[in-house]
Amino acid sequence: MQTTTHIGFIVAAYSAGVVVIVALIAWVMLDYRLQRRILAELETKGVSRRSARESADE
Amino acid sequence: MRISELANPSRFLRAANFAIPWLGGATVIVFAFAIYRAMLVPDDYQQGATVKIMFLHVPSAWLGMLCWGLMTIAALGTLVWRHPLADVTAKAAAPLGAAFTLLCLVTGSLWGRPEWGTYWVWDARLTSELILFLLYLGVIALWRTVEDPSRAARAVAILTLVGAIDLPIIKFSVDWWNTLHQGASVFRLGGSTIDPTILIPLLLMASAFTLLFVTLLLAAMRNEILRRRVRTLRLIQASAAG
Repeated sequence: MQTTTHIGFIVAAYSAGVVVIVALIAWVMLDYRLQRRILAELETKGVSRRSARESADE
Repeated sequence: MRISELANPSRFLRAANFAIPWLGGATVIVFAFAIYRAMLVPDDYQQGATVKIMFLHVPSAWLGMLCWGLMTIAALGTLVWRHPLADVTAKAAAPLGAAFTLLCLVTGSLWGRPEWGTYWVWDARLTSELILFLLYLGVIALWRTVEDPSRAARAVAILTLVGAIDLPIIKFSVDWWNTLHQGASVFRLGGSTIDPTILIPLLLMASAFTLLFVTLLLAAMRNEILRRRVRTLRLIQASAAG
């Protein structure tokens, strides 16, 4: 009987869990793609770190 | 490979690129099993089905505190050992800790309403947990306010060390003060007071949440290293243009 009485609280709690976890996963994945894209654009323009150039020369 | 060798960001990136897919897979498997076990738990004789909220509330509370503990070690790494990955760890961990602490507060409120008759009460446990959430927001704001990462790292490290005082207050608040929140029931002298039919799924969920946290932390650290490379390249580009 209590299950039906409080089902709204349980569903709301698990929904909050799903929202937080999905948001965190989306945040790290989208940020990774963004940083990779910016790095690729800068390297296309010929901008590179000294350490990266040295390792490429070796 | 020794742990100390991961102090080199390039080596860390290679290790993270290898580990993240495996950790992600393990997280999915452990979560699936833990949720399955959690859903089979019978209603509690006092709380009824709302006891199932515990499987989200308790792991997120543990992770909120664990994350600040990790940031405290990272703060020492920044201030004492000047470890190259210490402030990367601290910066990557803060939003994760804030998210899990927020989840703890939200699920606690949703659990409190049917059990206590209120969503919120200013008792010591709830208030100290809210302070932890505000500390996380302060750390995130500080990272965004100070432009130079090394200066920001030192300021954040000091705030983190000061904020660590809140961890024992959260843990022992239910012993030191008369709170509406229940006392310790898992990690306590004399053993857990929770029946194994509930305790085992709870520990499984805690394992799943911890795996998720480690995976997200590695991914966020990888992002932060790439972001610093972007910053360096932009500075090189600006100086070449000037």
